[in-house]
Amino acid sequence: MDAEVVIKETLPETRLQRHARAPWRGFCLGLLGWPAMFVSTAVVTALSLVGVGIGILLLPPLLMVTRSLMDTYRRLIGKWSGIQIDRPYLPEGEYKPGIGGQTQRFVKLVSDPATWRELLWLMLDPIVVFFTASLPFYLVLYGLYGWVLSAGLGKVITDHGGNDWYGFVHIQHGYWEDPAKIVTTVLLGAAFIVIGLLSGPALLRVYGLWGNSLLGPTESSRLALRVQHLTETRSDAVDASAAELRRIERDLHDGAQARLVAMGMSLGAIEHLLDKDPEKARLLLAEARQSSAKALHELRDLVRGIHPPVLADRGVGDAVKALALDHPLPVEVNAELPGRPQPPVESAAYFAVSEILTNAAKHSGARRIWVDMRHEDGMLRITVTDDGQGGASLDGGTGLRGIERRIGTFDGVLALNSPLGGPTIVTLELPCALSSPRISPS
Amino acid sequence: MRVVLAEDLALLREGLVSLLESHDFEIAAAVDNGPSLLKALIDHRPDVAVVDVRLPPSFTDEGLQAALEARRQVPGLPVLVLSQYVEQLYARELLADGTGGIGYLLKDRVFDADQFIDAVRRVAGGGTAMDPEVISRLLARGTRDEPLGHLTPREKEVMELMAQGRSNAAIAQALVVTERAVTKHTANIFAKLNLAVSDDDNRRVLAVLAYLNRA
Repeated sequence: MDAEVVIKETLPETRLQRHARAPWRGFCLGLLGWPAMFVSTAVVTALSLVGVGIGILLLPPLLMVTRSLMDTYRRLIGKWSGIQIDRPYLPEGEYKPGIGGQTQRFVKLVSDPATWRELLWLMLDPIVVFFTASLPFYLVLYGLYGWVLSAGLGKVITDHGGNDWYGFVHIQHGYWEDPAKIVTTVLLGAAFIVIGLLSGPALLRVYGLWGNSLLGPTESSRLALRVQHLTETRSDAVDASAAELRRIERDLHDGAQARLVAMGMSLGAIEHLLDKDPEKARLLLAEARQSSAKALHELRDLVRGIHPPVLADRGVGDAVKALALDHPLPVEVNAELPGRPQPPVESAAYFAVSEILTNAAKHSGARRIWVDMRHEDGMLRITVTDDGQGGASLDGGTGLRGIERRIGTFDGVLALNSPLGGPTIVTLELPCALSSPRISPS
Repeated sequence: MRVVLAEDLALLREGLVSLLESHDFEIAAAVDNGPSLLKALIDHRPDVAVVDVRLPPSFTDEGLQAALEARRQVPGLPVLVLSQYVEQLYARELLADGTGGIGYLLKDRVFDADQFIDAVRRVAGGGTAMDPEVISRLLARGTRDEPLGHLTPREKEVMELMAQGRSNAAIAQALVVTERAVTKHTANIFAKLNLAVSDDDNRRVLAVLAYLNRA
């Protein structure tokens, strides 16, 4: 999933523009039929060579060419008809080099239903496109031909003894002397042009639906993609929680545990010194007490890192407010959350914001930060804006990629908009339901 | 002095009861959950309440909410809040009404009985007792903010101790200066924070509020 936000400065098309452009667009889609025919011939040839083995090597690269051609179809259909078609392909694995890997890849590609649906498309589309998307173009062209006929071409044809039909008008000897016929030709041509222009967008849409039916994912490939996504995010989640456990173990080992050991040793020494050297014992006692205070302090910090108390008490809104109070920069927090999300979502959102705020303080050069949190359309939407110098990217050590991975576990997405010169806006969206306020598990 | 006590751990509750009783406090009620705390605070109107933040039934900030609600109904009701953690957010909420009589301490401060009892008495008398931890986390944010940026380093030290709720005498002792010098510093602080001349205790609370509210 590409999370980069691309801001395009396109004006919305007017109705008139859409109608005027549709025939030309349909014609372009029709032109794609030419490469499609070459590719389909090549693919069919490669398939026929599978028996002798060469096909196994030839087919995968040809299918890659097919896919990029199909991507062009998807892109143009999405742009011109408004029907967005997702890529349907099953995930490709890693293959060993050599003949074994090639065969594996071949089997994988051949067993992907998308491959066969696309082959079907390659064969049928040159016909279908003519009767749908391209039709308005030819109607307009035919209409123009009618005008050319009535403007003099009809005379040229009949003068040379030829004849032609234009719609129901027979162009033969005497055509040029019959004004009724000429007027009919002009009107008929105009009708064709008007019909072509009027039907353009609708026919493009029909073509889009046809495209979606063959080039889009089927229910099973949708599920396969979903399974792949879940597998990835699950392993990310497991990795993250394992790393978190290791960190906690290390912190306990180096911190509280070490302090308790030191305290135990001090207490042992005090026991020995109590009679012999009470003064020294008193000194050690004070030390032991200090150690206990430090151990408590460290445990407190550790717990804060695992699950902050305000988050547990009040939920993510107030927890982020508390975070803002401890932040080195002025942070303005606006939270409009009528309830609380599920605890895991809440925690993920909190730590994501926490990390974004840390990033902003470290890298952005910002002077102020604004955090906006709201729940809309079944989504927890959090926007963090800073007035820094911008130019942040998902990669390059900002940790944003890590946040994206972690909220990915909850099907959350992260979008970054950070033009050079700022401001930087990070948006998080996490699908979740809110529970009614003031009900919490005990 | 009559005390209402709210703590859900029986062991700690009994420990606090015996500690307070041995220092001549009278325990009006010792409760272990939020709703009964609110009821006890309203019914008994104690001279001071000692309240754990996290209480049943929800085990969230039930104690704090009950204390805030009680102070809405009985303005200025002295409350000392104890917690395993200190949060600036909660400190602000407690101090927000500006009437004083507020304490917010880490639970382990109870180990030092003398200081703890001193804090309880201070809160009962309408003063403040902020945990040094709250103050140190505030200090960690730096001093770019106005008008506190105008304070001299010594005045900041005095401010810090004042925010903890120390008296001028205690501040003088801690900084090894005369009490007169401390009085001079506090007067300067009040002036720099534009706090009008009024009852000294109240001004101290307002100064602490200004200190907490720099953001």
